[in-house]
Parts: sequence; structure tokens; C-alpha cells
Amino acid sequence: MSTFLEVQDLTVRFHTPEGTVHAVNGISYELGEGETLALVGESGCGKSVSMMSLLGLIPIPPGEIVSGRAIYRGTDLLEMTEHELENIRGAEIGMVFQDPMTSLNPVLTIGRQITESLRVHDGSNSEQAERRAIELLDWVGISDPANHLQDYPHQFSGGMRQRVMIAMALACSPSLLIADEPTTALDVTIQAQIVELALRLREQIRMTIIWITHDLGVVAGLADRVIVMYAGYMVEEAGIEDLYEDPRHPYTLALLAALPRADRRRHSRLKSIRGAPPSMLVQPTGCPFASRCEFVIEHCWSANPPLTPVVPNHRIACWVDIQTGDSR
Amino acid sequence: MTVSNPLVRVENLTKHFPVTRGIVIQRTVGYVQAVDDVSFEIARGETLGLVGESGCGKTTAGRTLLGLYPPTGGEVEIDGHDVGKAKGRDLLAIRRKAQMIFQDPFASLNPRWTVSAIVGEPLRVHRLITSEKARLERVKELLELVGLSARYVNRFPHEFSGGQRQRIGVARALASEPVFIVCDEPISALDVSIQAQVVNLLEDLQDQFSLTYLFIAHDLAMVRHICDRVAVMYLGVIVEMAGRNELYENPLHPYTQALLSAVPVPDPKKERQRQRTILTGDVPSPLNPPDGCRFHPRCPIAKEHCKQIVPEWREIGCGRWVACHEV
Repeated sequence: MSTFLEVQDLTVRFHTPEGTVHAVNGISYELGEGETLALVGESGCGKSVSMMSLLGLIPIPPGEIVSGRAIYRGTDLLEMTEHELENIRGAEIGMVFQDPMTSLNPVLTIGRQITESLRVHDGSNSEQAERRAIELLDWVGISDPANHLQDYPHQFSGGMRQRVMIAMALACSPSLLIADEPTTALDVTIQAQIVELALRLREQIRMTIIWITHDLGVVAGLADRVIVMYAGYMVEEAGIEDLYEDPRHPYTLALLAALPRADRRRHSRLKSIRGAPPSMLVQPTGCPFASRCEFVIEHCWSANPPLTPVVPNHRIACWVDIQTGDSR
Repeated sequence: MTVSNPLVRVENLTKHFPVTRGIVIQRTVGYVQAVDDVSFEIARGETLGLVGESGCGKTTAGRTLLGLYPPTGGEVEIDGHDVGKAKGRDLLAIRRKAQMIFQDPFASLNPRWTVSAIVGEPLRVHRLITSEKARLERVKELLELVGLSARYVNRFPHEFSGGQRQRIGVARALASEPVFIVCDEPISALDVSIQAQVVNLLEDLQDQFSLTYLFIAHDLAMVRHICDRVAVMYLGVIVEMAGRNELYENPLHPYTQALLSAVPVPDPKKERQRQRTILTGDVPSPLNPPDGCRFHPRCPIAKEHCKQIVPEWREIGCGRWVACHEV
């Protein structure tokens, strides 16, 4: 797999009346072509901001990209002008957002919204654009697409709207699809439909996908690699099977233990993670997870562990070896 | 149907909401059949799960059960009291025994009230503790019971996180010393690491006070964890009910089968091998539900008679209930 997107030391802050929010704190990762990467974490951990900031989608101010590079096919996205980014967004990189109810324009027809990006980016005429829109709607599984072009978003159900969003994101055949919690607002049966659709994207057109989610269940069958974020830091990065079978960071371990399972009989109470995520207004001197961690040692309070490999292709940010409980 | 020593008995409960047109002269043009002919019982100390997709009527069922909506038909009995017929003092007595925990911890607490006013309200309404001072003491006790510091009594809801707010909601529900609590999606607005805390709290309180829960949720994994029995709703009707392990290991109704096959499991190997039963289409409108079995337009095994005849809600042995012609 060739490197497709390389993010280095991305740091994003928001200057608010309450103080500076340290939303993303120096994250670095690579994404290969055709790979599906999952970005997992709880609300407010910086997973969405880290993606939006790459595409110039965070308001500056109050936002500020303090440092970082994001090399996409040889050029730095963070150095691009707004005009250059406009040519990337929608054309090269498609995005699907969480809430299909609010991310479609209620007063424009579905057809108009899908064809818009085609007319802007590809310069298609309206007839070509319409034909392509029908093709796309058909591909995402909307029956009788030609008759749905004149419909408005309110006439569609949540699952259909999310398909329309995906059709829009795919309109200009992007090479990267960023899906930000695309199934969170949906029922489990509809969620399964969207996951199947993503699997088809992966297999049929080898789409490179970044899937942002808080749900460790959904990405288990979908991603090749997972990055776990906590309080704006990357705490673990591993291949999909390593992450679930051999989690090495206490936070990942605790998250997996806190998940009830539909496929197993109950054998004990859920293991909860004590406390709550820290305020992002202060940068921790030690590990951001220390106050909630079961494995905490003295050193965790004084220094924030860097992300380092424990085994090949498996990086964690932790001072402790959770298998022995000793310092690494 | 027979559950030994039921605390809650629901028989043929129906709730239809009229749909009206016109502003000055309103005409009823149809009915949303939110809950239609639903029957079940909940034993003392039991947790019954009510699951289904959004819009299937599970919240309406929970609210009608407590008399928050007047039922269109059917009967609900909680601890021997008929909820539908109760008025005035009787209704107040039922509400003291049956409480509710709401989904959204941000919307279900009055932002202008302090924690002591919120948690103390049931004590005041039901005249359980009339002295202001004694009430404050009881509120502090309740806060500590749900794992919050008694120092928080004078704070306002916005000063708390989602998980803490949900704890305040639990404390409020416990204030009147209920025997039955309807938990309407109590954890779905919370983060994963906080969900487990609240679920464990609910289980501890159940043990401590012998509470009976109706646990309404769409998170099927959590329902298997917390509930003793589970009822599956689809478009206003219950299609299957069974003990949790029987239901999850051997679902009988085709809708239950499809629903369970869609639940993601945090295990990449299992996920890759898994065959999902993908339901086509969307849930039909409850304004005009399909004739016969309500699931027939999406059912993979529907036969001709499913389109005309409503399947009977029947017990097929060992406390398993199902409404399907083909089972």
C-alpha cells in the first residue's frame, strides 16, 4: 500500500471565552491507498476536529491550527488556500456527516443537491449530471432513483437520507471518503445497511475510507486499522485484529470491557471506567488518562507518554506494560 | 399470560394519536397507531426490556403505562391499581409508586432549578416530607445513594456532565420510594465509558430496593446484559417476548432474527464471518400500517395469509411468546 495521506504532529486549539481548548494534541499517522482507517473515541476527544481541520472546515478563529502537516498525494493540505481546498473538497475527498437530517438542505431537491457538486467540480451539463445522479442513487440502493430526483429531503427516511449523503459524497468519484459517525443517528437495521454499503465501496471500487466513530462494534467488521483517541491524544494504533484481541493501552482495554455483548451470555457486571474525561482547557502534565487508569504508576502523573511501538504496527502511548503491570 | 406474582399487568393496551387538519376547525383525518393491542406482565423485581427501532412505539408504550398519556384502549394495572381509571388521589398514589427516568439528561432537568429543588420535588408533591430542613437532608441522602456528592445540592444542572445529570434523574425517580421505574433509553445519550457506570448503578439500586424495571432501549447488547426478559416491538405491536438468552440465542420471529443479525459485535473475526439478514426498505408509517401481519412487506418468509390475517399473540411454551403465522 502506498502512502496516501500522511498527517504529522497535528495540533488544533480553540480559543474560547473560557480559555484555550486543546482539541487535538500532536497526532501523527499514515493512511495507505485502499485502506479503511477507523478513528475511535468518545465525544469531545478530538476525532472529528482532527479531520475537519485537514479540510479547512473549522472556523478560524476561534480555531487555530497550531502546528502540523497533512501531506495528501504530495501536497500539504494545511498550506492550501481556500480556493485550492475548494477543489479538493467534494472532488478529491468526499465527506459524510453524522446527522442526515441537518446536513441536507431542506429546500432543495435531492437531485439538485447531488448534481451540484458535479456541476461545480466536473463541469458536467445538467443532463450528464442528472444521469450520473440516477446512477449514484441506484448504486447506494435507492429504488426507482429517477423518480426520487424531484423529492425533498423530508420525504426520505433517515436511512435513505444517509444514502443520499453517501451518493453526494461519491458524486465526483473522490479518492478518499471521510465518514464522520455516519451510522450514529440510525437504527441498527439501517446501520447494517450502511455498513454493507461501505463494505461494497471498499471491495468494488477500493475506496480509501476514514471512518470516525465512538462505536467499537461497528468498525470491527469494517476497518483495517484503528486509532483510539482520548482527550485529543492518540493513545493506541493497531491493526484491527490486534486491537480487539490484544489491546495494549489501558483505555482501549477498559472501553472493550465496558461494552456489553449481544453474542454472549452475561457472566458478570460491566466493568465501568471510573470518573469522566478530563477538561480540555488544561494540558495535562502527565498522562491524560492517569486519573481513570487501573494501571497507573507514579511516573504517569509527571510525564505524558509518547506514542511508541510495542510490537510492529502497534503503537501505544502508555508508560505501563499492562500484561505485567510494570513500567515499560 | 402468567408470570408469577406480577407487579405490572398490561392487557390489550392501545394508544392512537389523532392526526388533525385545519387551524380553526380541526378535523381528525387519521390516527397514528403508536401502540396497538399490547399485552405483557412484569414480575416483581424483574427487568423487562422493550426493544425496537425508533418510531416503533416503545416510548409511547412506557408513557401510557404510567398514565402520562391516557390509553385509547386496554388496561394497565400497577401493584393492584388500575392506571387508566385512577383519578386525583389514586393517580397520585400510583405515580408515587411508579416513576420514570428519561432519555435526555439535558432536557429532562429544569435548568432554572437547583439540584435540591429537582430531587426534592417528588417529596414535596407527594407530601412525603414537609419540613424544608428534613427534605434537604433526604435530598443529600439520595444524591449520595446515586454516587454524587451531597455538596452538590445548590448547583444547577448545567454544572454537571451528562452522566452526572442522569444520576440526578435517577435520584429524582428514587425520591418517592417507587416500586416500579420505567427507564426510557436512560443511557443512549451517554458515552460508552459512562454508560457502564449508570447501568451498574441501576443494577445496584434494583438489588437494594427490590425495584422492578421496564427498560426501554434500542441498544440490543445492553438489553441482553441488563434485562431478565425481552419484548421486541415493531410498528406498535410486540412481535416476540422471551427470556434474554432464549431470545438472543434462538430468535423465532423473522423480525427479531433480522434485528439481532444487525447488531455489531466488537470482534473482527466474528464480524467478517457473519451473515447479516439485511431488511429491505424502511419501517412503514404507523398512520397507515399494513394489513395482516405488520411486518409482512419486509418479511423474508411472508406467505399469502400474512398479508390478510393478523397473527395471534400466543404462548408457545416456557414463557415464550410470539406473533407470527410461520413459527
